[in-house]
Amino acid sequence: MKVVLKNLTKKFPDRNKKNSYVTAVNDFNFEIPDGKLVALLGPSGCGKSTALNLICGLEKPTAGQIFFDDTDVTSLPPERRGVGMVFQNYALYPHLSVRQNIIFPLENLKGENKLTKDQMNEKAVEVAKLVQIDGLMERRPGELSGGQQQRVAIARALVKTPGILLLDEPLSNLDARLRIQTREEIRRIQKETGITAIFVTHDQEEAMSISDLIIVMETGVIQQIGKPQDVYDDPCNLFVAKFLGTPPVNLFSGRIKNKTLFIGEDPVISTDCEDTDDITVGIRPEGFIPDNNGGLKCRLDNIEVMGRDTSMVSTHPAAISNPIRSIIAADTKYDRKSSEVAFSVKPSKLFLFDKDGSRINRDFIP
Amino acid sequence: MNKNLKGFLYLLPALLFLSVFMIYPLIDVLIYSFEEGYNFASQTYKGIGLYNYFYVLRDPYFIQALKNTFIIVIITVPVSTGLALVIAYLLSLIKPLRDFFQTVYFLPYVTNTLAVGLVFMILFKKTPYSDGLINVLINAFGGSSVDFIDGPYAAKMFVMCFYTIWVVLPFKILILTSALASVDPNYYKAAKVDGTGSFRIFFRITLPMISPMIFYLIITGFIGAFKAYSDEVALFGTDLNSAGMNTIVGYIYDMLYGDSGGYPSYAAAAALILFIIVLTITCINLLISKRKY
Repeated sequence: MKVVLKNLTKKFPDRNKKNSYVTAVNDFNFEIPDGKLVALLGPSGCGKSTALNLICGLEKPTAGQIFFDDTDVTSLPPERRGVGMVFQNYALYPHLSVRQNIIFPLENLKGENKLTKDQMNEKAVEVAKLVQIDGLMERRPGELSGGQQQRVAIARALVKTPGILLLDEPLSNLDARLRIQTREEIRRIQKETGITAIFVTHDQEEAMSISDLIIVMETGVIQQIGKPQDVYDDPCNLFVAKFLGTPPVNLFSGRIKNKTLFIGEDPVISTDCEDTDDITVGIRPEGFIPDNNGGLKCRLDNIEVMGRDTSMVSTHPAAISNPIRSIIAADTKYDRKSSEVAFSVKPSKLFLFDKDGSRINRDFIP
Repeated sequence: MNKNLKGFLYLLPALLFLSVFMIYPLIDVLIYSFEEGYNFASQTYKGIGLYNYFYVLRDPYFIQALKNTFIIVIITVPVSTGLALVIAYLLSLIKPLRDFFQTVYFLPYVTNTLAVGLVFMILFKKTPYSDGLINVLINAFGGSSVDFIDGPYAAKMFVMCFYTIWVVLPFKILILTSALASVDPNYYKAAKVDGTGSFRIFFRITLPMISPMIFYLIITGFIGAFKAYSDEVALFGTDLNSAGMNTIVGYIYDMLYGDSGGYPSYAAAAALILFIIVLTITCINLLISKRKY
């Protein structure tokens, strides 16, 4: 099912001040195509969970509309929207077995949709097989591991064959290893069912790795929507550039003079830009190439060899956040003993931002 | 071994006090209950046997006390727990004035027993000046006055149960309100997304979630009701036998210190019978409430 949000806004009354409001979701406009896995990505408190609750129907929007395909569902209660929801702490009923938990939503069906006991069981087993917990049907949630509980929660959300699956921070309660495993599992289930899935996360790696589309938001405002790689390669502002990528983008204060970008006093690259002062320069860690003729001269502090590649830790007087972390291929030649390193910069990994943090789109001539 | 000794040394003061003031008296009660014809003044007895138990079980006053206690237990425990559950649930539903109502429902708990007794006097007691507020109400609906304090057994039992329920209700409401508030709201959200009706939410989610608290209230309620005595005195005075409203604990007290008192053996036997009853019922309760998570 396609999800379309039009001017969706949600304001909460401010707890501290009377007659003032906190805007959790500010004028959302986007369309999620059918059968895609979409990540709502942002730091905590940015309103991403509120956005999910609005789509689910647990919260009523202050303004705007929500469409599923062509149906306006804005005023419908959650149970009539045909959505399945997986909660952050799973919200599995501890006194019911896995089977009873999965069947629970089916037992609510009334009228002509009512199912017999056998039909319910059949459906429960079917969905349990999909998430690979069919061997645990008689256990209680307390007897399952975190990952297994997560699967039960997904099975319960899917048993009514909803058009849309919503997941609120689905991986935050799992340990690091299980997280990678489970996120692939979510991807597999989503692909197998072909369901439209929206998940909320603050972990950019999680969002980048499995989603078809990511929506980056901050303080209730959408910053950028796009394919993960596109958003990473082409961030529209400083916030998005900073939020995506580990290690994070390296920031420098710079200026442009005579069609050359200077970082501090170092000429780095030629550009077609007019002369400007006060520019923030962002360079992705993988954008540095050790090059004796390179313009960016840094003091080399440390070299961390991590097998696949090497991380150079250096400092530069014009860097906004020292140290600078650069990742270079392990076979790159560099002088290990030197206390200085010079870099040339890959133009595609270099972004310019103005004082307000908006991106300045310019061509660089390497 | 040395370590164990050191541990016991630390425990010694507590163990000493416990054995002198708890364990020894308990054993003493057990011994008293088997000593026949025990004389309090000379501290002598004629023999050892089960005579005290037979006497107590054949004593019409004890049978009456047993009957009264059972009626109070069977009526007040389920009614007060059920009522508390309903009130606590309704309290959890309303938003405005919730604090106000919570305070109102909790007031009896912090009110002086004498003040409560006074209130019940005004409500139920017949005096030369008034028949009591309840009788005024009954008269208004065309009924004739009932003497709740010195009248028929059913009327007295009604007042007794009413009073007991009213006294225990605040604590139960308090416990259940906090139990209801401690249920993770995500369960309700999940149930809502699945389209669960409010009836089903209550019986399939809320009730099982707070059931440990309910069982706790039922068990302590049973024990408390079996130990009922002071409330009876507050309503009917100290001569409970002639009022026909004595309880087991009242009977034990009377046997020890009352006008018919001076029979610690009978009191001990009655106390042990009460102990066995409470133990049995608590065990049954625990068996029923035992569940696997």
